[in-house]
Amino acid sequence: MTREHETSGRKRALDAMASMPADLLGERYGAIAKTAPQAIPVRGPEIGAVMVRGRIGGGGAPFNLGETSVTRATVKLGSGEVGHSIILGRDTEKARMVAHLDALGQITAWQAVIETDVVAPALALDAEARRQRAEETEATRVDFFTLVRGEDR
Amino acid sequence: MYVAVKGGEAAIEKAHRLLADRRRGDRSVPALSLEQIAGQLSLAVDRVMAEGSLYDPELAAMAVRQSRGDMIEAIFLIRAYRTTLPRFGATRPVETAAMRIERRVSATYKDIPGGQLLGSTFDYTHRLIDPAMAGDHPVEPGARRAVAEDAAYPRVTDILNGEGLIEPDIASDAEPGDLTRDPTGFPAGRDLRLQALARGDEGFLLSLGYSTQRGYGRTHPFVGEVRIGLVDLEIDLPELGFAVNIGAIRVTECQMVSQFKGGGQDGPRFTRGYGLVFGQSERKAMSMSLVDRALRADEFDENRAAPAQDEEFVLSHCDNVEATGFVEHLKLPHYVDFQAELDLLRMLRREHAAEKTAETDRQEAAE
Repeated sequence: MTREHETSGRKRALDAMASMPADLLGERYGAIAKTAPQAIPVRGPEIGAVMVRGRIGGGGAPFNLGETSVTRATVKLGSGEVGHSIILGRDTEKARMVAHLDALGQITAWQAVIETDVVAPALALDAEARRQRAEETEATRVDFFTLVRGEDR
Repeated sequence: MYVAVKGGEAAIEKAHRLLADRRRGDRSVPALSLEQIAGQLSLAVDRVMAEGSLYDPELAAMAVRQSRGDMIEAIFLIRAYRTTLPRFGATRPVETAAMRIERRVSATYKDIPGGQLLGSTFDYTHRLIDPAMAGDHPVEPGARRAVAEDAAYPRVTDILNGEGLIEPDIASDAEPGDLTRDPTGFPAGRDLRLQALARGDEGFLLSLGYSTQRGYGRTHPFVGEVRIGLVDLEIDLPELGFAVNIGAIRVTECQMVSQFKGGGQDGPRFTRGYGLVFGQSERKAMSMSLVDRALRADEFDENRAAPAQDEEFVLSHCDNVEATGFVEHLKLPHYVDFQAELDLLRMLRREHAAEKTAETDRQEAAE
């Protein structure tokens, strides 16, 4: 696997897991963690903030909009793989699970099961949630029509 | 002479106990859950996040509950909490052009590309109290309609920019100022002004925006576009060497198109005001964009005469936590201050009385 390929796969998994509801992630993680190598905590999980930035006018220079709470974690496996996570909110357990899965994802033997049991369902769930919201919004679209005016008759 | 006294402690303790009791209210009524507050009073939660300057719906719901619905008190709680958090960094600037749209309207173009999407709005309601709100009647889910594969919602400013009719954004990756880290000096850059306005009091900004419409710093505005929806937050992780998406937040953006300015190399074109706030709040985003435009008076050689154009006035007074702190501190003991005033006043009155007596004596002697 090329370095670039590896990065995009890892990013895809981290993005997907961040979007996954904690209870579903916990369920899937629980099944994997039973037989997976254990995670040794390296940093955190710790709660903090990141500054959210916008752009002046939407496309200009950055400005600081306000902060959001985040949780990050770093873990290590006995075999040396290091996993990282950073997620929106203050769920330390979720951050720990994501970091552990990120570490496991670097071991070829675990990639398929993480993809099938965690990443793919997370992406499907997110896509469905997006689709529902988009369709609900779409239903409120204004379909303008013009009335026939008197002088046109 | 005034001697420092103690004795408030026991009363304060009992007052706080009473506060907890009153906050809980009738025990036969179930307590509010955070899910109820975040789910059913979501716009209150959005305001607390925006002005508390921390996006965290669960925490904002706790603050609303703890403050008994006193919004400024809740905002204060969030501000206090955020100071305890270590700062891990900053996100990449959010891409509002790629927003997952939940509402999007333009008052300038009926046929704006992407269309007018009303979303969940109070607009066009009759503003009559609905008797159904007294009960718990079943509520229909939102209707659904398939979205076109190639659906796109270009920002109205990008549309006008094609013809050069409107001032463009000046792309830059300059590091923005941060008023939570450095004291604000004047004149302040537009980055700092927008940060202050984004966390500023909705009521204050609404009134200032309104004042510009009534002639105090007139800018002749149109809502080019208001959009509400979810934007992804991306943060660079140095440990990984790439950016990750940490989740999405809801924001409201307003592009206010304002009166055109002529001359220069570019010819006459519309000017703009910009609003961006956490959560769903178009009143706040619109007010912010009006005030942002008014505060750009110097850029367009406008006479700075109205309150909304005075950045020191606006930025020094738009923060409701600072404002409430200074106003509300007046109710705390000022016994010593006041005693000094009393002493001074008594002395002045004695002098005044003595002068009056002397005057009367002089007059009597003259007669």
